[in-house]
Amino acid sequence: MNIQIKNGRLIDPAAGTERVQDLFIAEGKIAAVGATPGGFRPDRVLDASGLAVSPGLVDLSARLREPGLEYKATLESEMQAAAAGGITSLVCPPDTDPPLDEPGLVEMLKFRARSLNQSRVYPLGALTQGLRGERLTEMAELHDAGCVAFSQPGATLTDNQVLMRSLEYATTFGFAVWLRPQDATLSRGGVAHDGEVATRLGLAGIPACAETVALSAILILVQETGARVHLCRLSSAEGVEMVRQAKRARMPVTCDVAAYHVHLSDMDIGYFDSNCNLIPPLRGPRDRDALRAGLADGTIDAICSDHTPVDEDDKQLPFAEAEPGATGLELLLPLTLKWAREARIALPAALARVTTGPLRVLGLPGAAIAVGQIADLCVFDPEAWWRVRPESLHSQGKNTPLLGMELQGRVRHALVNGQVVFDAPSSH
Amino acid sequence: MNANLQMSAEGKLKHLLTTEGLPPEILLQILDTARSFCSVTERQVKKVPLLRGKAIFNLFFEPSTRTRTTFEIAAKRLSADVVNLNIATSSQTKGETLLDTVANLTAMHADMFIVRHGESGAAHLIARNVGPDIHVINAGDGRHAHPTQALLDMFTIRHYKGGFNHLRVAIVGDILHSRVARSEIHALTTLGVPEVRVIGPRTLLPRHVQNLGVHVFHDMAAGLKDVDVVMMLRLQHERMSGALLPSAGEFFKSYGLTPEKLAHAKPDAIVMHPGPMNRGVEIDSAVADGRQSVILPQVTFGIAVRMAVMGILAGN
Amino acid sequence: MTLPDAETLLAELAQQIRRDATPDTALVGIYTGGVWIAERLHRMLGLSTPMGTIDVAFYRDDYKKTGLRPGVKPSDIPFKVEGADIILVDDVLYTGRTIRAALNEIFDYGRPTSIRLAALVDRGGRQLPICPQFVGARVEVALDQSIELRRAQAGRFNLALMSRGA
Repeated sequence: MNIQIKNGRLIDPAAGTERVQDLFIAEGKIAAVGATPGGFRPDRVLDASGLAVSPGLVDLSARLREPGLEYKATLESEMQAAAAGGITSLVCPPDTDPPLDEPGLVEMLKFRARSLNQSRVYPLGALTQGLRGERLTEMAELHDAGCVAFSQPGATLTDNQVLMRSLEYATTFGFAVWLRPQDATLSRGGVAHDGEVATRLGLAGIPACAETVALSAILILVQETGARVHLCRLSSAEGVEMVRQAKRARMPVTCDVAAYHVHLSDMDIGYFDSNCNLIPPLRGPRDRDALRAGLADGTIDAICSDHTPVDEDDKQLPFAEAEPGATGLELLLPLTLKWAREARIALPAALARVTTGPLRVLGLPGAAIAVGQIADLCVFDPEAWWRVRPESLHSQGKNTPLLGMELQGRVRHALVNGQVVFDAPSSH
Repeated sequence: MNANLQMSAEGKLKHLLTTEGLPPEILLQILDTARSFCSVTERQVKKVPLLRGKAIFNLFFEPSTRTRTTFEIAAKRLSADVVNLNIATSSQTKGETLLDTVANLTAMHADMFIVRHGESGAAHLIARNVGPDIHVINAGDGRHAHPTQALLDMFTIRHYKGGFNHLRVAIVGDILHSRVARSEIHALTTLGVPEVRVIGPRTLLPRHVQNLGVHVFHDMAAGLKDVDVVMMLRLQHERMSGALLPSAGEFFKSYGLTPEKLAHAKPDAIVMHPGPMNRGVEIDSAVADGRQSVILPQVTFGIAVRMAVMGILAGN
Repeated sequence: MTLPDAETLLAELAQQIRRDATPDTALVGIYTGGVWIAERLHRMLGLSTPMGTIDVAFYRDDYKKTGLRPGVKPSDIPFKVEGADIILVDDVLYTGRTIRAALNEIFDYGRPTSIRLAALVDRGGRQLPICPQFVGARVEVALDQSIELRRAQAGRFNLALMSRGA
């Protein structure tokens, strides 16, 4: 299909530029930028006047709830939500039911996702069988089935020997390992950041050292094994500093932060808003500021949504009993834009954290607006205000701490492989 | 969305969920009204018709005969109809949700819910989800708050000490897990107590407790020096298994209130305890039964204070 | 209009009661004005039985509308109500609802032999079948006005006319 995107502000995070030009797409790729190529007949013209056009967003963590957790959300609804959020590629963690520790499950997921013809899905394979932290999974087989890396998304493995060996095994094949730095025992029983708010509200705390103790162990093992590790969802100021030092020492580590953690702190829990029950917990304002600084100076490579749809019944409970997690696919773009605006960061640099940054973490090429590049694009109105309401979300997960808030940044169209996979309803 | 749920737009008390954030006028109104209810409990007919026709539901998700009974007595003395519901918490069985239970009871024309729950925030959750004419009283939620206990303790202190702005008050024991302690601290600071102390081992004090406006002591003798009011907290046996304390014996040695330790406080200091007491763990029998102990009067005052809370809420 | 002098009315009231009082007559004043008057009457009549004070807050019939007002005072009846001859004292008698509440409250203390009512001012407008046995004066007052008893520093009483809010 030939598509012309007229008059859009083309944002190129890789080049760091933005310019208003037309874009021409043919056969799934960008055919031309600026002048109409000879003989080009558009099958569809998208009027992007006043809109921005960027590479599609790449979300490093989105739970699609399939297989096994379909009562919370389905692939159909969540892929629709991803497209509505301008996300053209997403990575899903292996903590499904059953976990993604068998090639068959991975193939089925990829097949289902492909047949929906929307965003690209990159599954993470389980690092250990059943995610139980004891035995290795068949990483080579899982990689062949489509896993881009291997992960233990819950708390860090309690058995450091297993952790070390899984890193060594993964390194054999050059596979990356994604770990969430949270010490299982230090975070045991905790539901909120161990700070002033938890003290006042009487909530069991997870101290910041749960993150730094785990980070220490992981970083030392990275040095021992040479493993390529991606650290998922930093939350503490001390954690950011440790990664900063590790990068200075040229260790093969990358890291990400969840979009909510860039904006919220434990103060937002208010009077027990269980939509603020997240993993890792929202920490103090000082930690949030350190995360923002880490994003600005490149210590943190990517912002992800950490999309986790939770049933309303599982949230309408006392804070500690509620299931943790928040819906995020449709908030990733506006929250990134909000950070850019507040931190006074130019749009190309900010969007790099949700395009080129994540792709670098994944070891994948792309995300430039140039001839020959695959046409995964997001056309959005950076100024459009919208109110976060259950009706305005496509995801089945309506659980967000920002319910009722007004945000700027709304996707008008999303394209994957040169095909339009999302058109915003014109009533927006 | 997270505005102070307890107060209506006109500044009237709609729910009693926590002493935190309540202006001193409201706390004092409750104490003053309780004084009137004291005189009711001293006469022949111990009832007043104030809440006649109202249905008060005791929603206890955490068992407690003592607290439930005091609320029941208080409600009946106001001529209200009382229904007791002991809902066993079984996290395994995915039965009726908390809010479904509340909705069903509302359909039975409940006017007031008295809620005790094992998790912090439960009373707030219920208050956010009840109809406009229903009042919620928090009878204890997790470690967060136990406002009626704090109020009856304030009443007790005022009864014996006359006022608040000249006192040194010490709270001793497991503050980390104590909803009573948190509610006391808020009430004491709001009412103008110039010095509130917490005394306990580091493992039983929340890391940021000084941000609540208290002075922290780990040494009992230093902490009790010249204190006017000693509030002892109950030590639960589970604390030993969580690597927070080695034994009840060692706790008693350092933090148990004995006559010798009490001697560091002022000679006319009063000793309080929210009950039930663990004799020989946090408090010595000689002190519990001694002349400075006001532990039994606390219980009596508790009924009048709860009558005051219910009487004020139901009329707002 | 000019209101009568409260001290004169008080003397008149004391005269009326003195004719009927016995050594066992017990006064019960209703807060706040009724208590003030009962205190003066108690002294003026030289009664031996200690007087009682009641607040009636917990017996009012307008609780559903106005709730529990702040400033409730403890009721205290230090004599045995069972078998007593009580004179209930209030400052301004109007609809009679306060008196109804006071009667209910006294009966929760015991069964008196008799209760009579003494009011400094009766402004009419009764909504219940209540009438005073002893009255200082009858005064007509417009519906949008109220009469209040004031007590000066030295203890002298005076009556004031106030406009109610609409």
